Amino acid sequence: MRPRNVQEKIGFFVLKLCAGLVVLILGMILHDIVSKGWRQVNWTFLTAAPSMGMTEGGIFPAIMGTFLVTVITAVCAVPLGMGCAIYLNEYAGDNKVTRLIRMSIRNLSGVPSIVYGLFGVVLFVNLLGLGTSLLAAGMTLGLLTLPWTITASEEALKNVPQSYRDGALALGATKWKALKTNVLPYAIPGMLTGTILGLARAAGETAPILFTGAAFFLPFLPRSLSDQFMALPYHLYIMATQHHDLEKVRPIAYGTALVLIALILAMNLFAIALRYKLRKLKKE
Amino acid sequence: MARIKENMIHGLFFLNGLVVVGVLCGIFAILVFTAAPAFKEISIVEFLATVRWNPTSYYKPSYGILSMIVSSLMVTIGALTIAVPLGIGTAAYLTDVASPRVREVAKPVIEILAGIPSVVLGFLGIVLVGPIIARVFGLPNGLNAINGSVLLAVMALPTIISLSEDALNSVPRSFTEASYAVGATKWQTVVRVKIPAAISGIFASCMLGMGRAVGETMTVLMATGCAPAMPRNFLDPVRTMTASIAIELGEVPYYTTHYYALFGIGLVLFVITFLINMAADAVLNKYQVKVR
Repeated sequence: MRPRNVQEKIGFFVLKLCAGLVVLILGMILHDIVSKGWRQVNWTFLTAAPSMGMTEGGIFPAIMGTFLVTVITAVCAVPLGMGCAIYLNEYAGDNKVTRLIRMSIRNLSGVPSIVYGLFGVVLFVNLLGLGTSLLAAGMTLGLLTLPWTITASEEALKNVPQSYRDGALALGATKWKALKTNVLPYAIPGMLTGTILGLARAAGETAPILFTGAAFFLPFLPRSLSDQFMALPYHLYIMATQHHDLEKVRPIAYGTALVLIALILAMNLFAIALRYKLRKLKKE
Repeated sequence: MARIKENMIHGLFFLNGLVVVGVLCGIFAILVFTAAPAFKEISIVEFLATVRWNPTSYYKPSYGILSMIVSSLMVTIGALTIAVPLGIGTAAYLTDVASPRVREVAKPVIEILAGIPSVVLGFLGIVLVGPIIARVFGLPNGLNAINGSVLLAVMALPTIISLSEDALNSVPRSFTEASYAVGATKWQTVVRVKIPAAISGIFASCMLGMGRAVGETMTVLMATGCAPAMPRNFLDPVRTMTASIAIELGEVPYYTTHYYALFGIGLVLFVITFLINMAADAVLNKYQVKVR
């Protein structure tokens, strides 16, 4: 073989090694959590509240808390995010204001999650007087999710062919009418896909809810929006670092991590499957 | 009538668009206003350039965050040292070597990796990475800067891979074809033509990965030991800016200098990540102009 072919073989082998290592990392993460967590997860674990100083029982309040806060996050982020995407893709001209909006979105997605937490403490917990509550935490996570929702929604709008709009406009429809009948119905599934991915990330966030509503331990479920709540990621943090008997609760920590990852993977897979199906539909 | 309605709808969507500008400005304003009272008692130089952070001292509280800034930079640099070569290598493999089938599988793998919550990675830092580091370096425990770097590298990888992949894919076909035409191998084309042509996009992806690493809280809070002192090397425990806020905000009484100082740390973090993002933006814009 000529030297440059040897060089190519070696080079490609190194690149392959890099990719293999990335897959291996994911494999190791999933393997460790699943192999040590699955024995912990059973019906009681999923449906009971923690008991005996959080050394026994289940994580039901944490599962419900994460579910509820994610619903509030969706209610806050989805309409605002879709509206902003519609403005950017359908109405905005190429001018200074549009560029300012786009710059803000890019920067918002780079703001550290703990800074969103600080913002939530001052604005929602104190200034708006919501206290540390489900609502304050959900709104904080909603703002965190906003840039992702906008980017995903705009992507979906871009994928609707321009001819769909032109067709409606040529028949005399107003811009809003054309949007409502000929654009949004085709864009909404794509918007949802991206939104679900964003919500999955929000569901796993800990830093923004640390000081805006997550509780160390509550034996009952939140009964209103102004109650505190337990959340899976925060519960894992406590079980991993804050509990008085860390060795004893390690299995519970593994179980919590497994449930959290399974929840997020399920949301991800749902979104990926939805995207796959949409792509197939479009090809037909 | 219809025109008025149309204009109103347009106006509503415009206001909706402005919300994001409002949120960004709002975050900045709230950080500035809440941090401001701290600087009545602490000089900015003392805050940024001294090492001692002891806000709860009975005699003389001190508010220096230099060791936290150094800690944050250390774990970030460590993370990039691991994630940048690995990420670019993976991106190059996916765009130029892998078969379409492998590519179809790789995309979800990277998305799943991006979806793993930071708190889970922090937990693995304690139970999985920590013991390995302790054994390799002969330390009593493995909660230190290296551990944080490894975990942050895992967090930054998906960003670096997917954005570098985009950058490599947007290199015009004519570039690679010209390279083959003069007799270059595929490997020479990747290394000497495609990567240099995509370098600004790749650089921007690394900047964004860096932004993610600087601002990450839970992994470093759980896996780096959190000793509030100046680290001497990568085997020392470190306490980053993000971890300090997470540890102390829960215990601090509201509206004290200590409380305001924590928002001061938040402001420093915000400014650092803002500058990193703007730099990534500037590099990308320059590139786009050049291609035209």
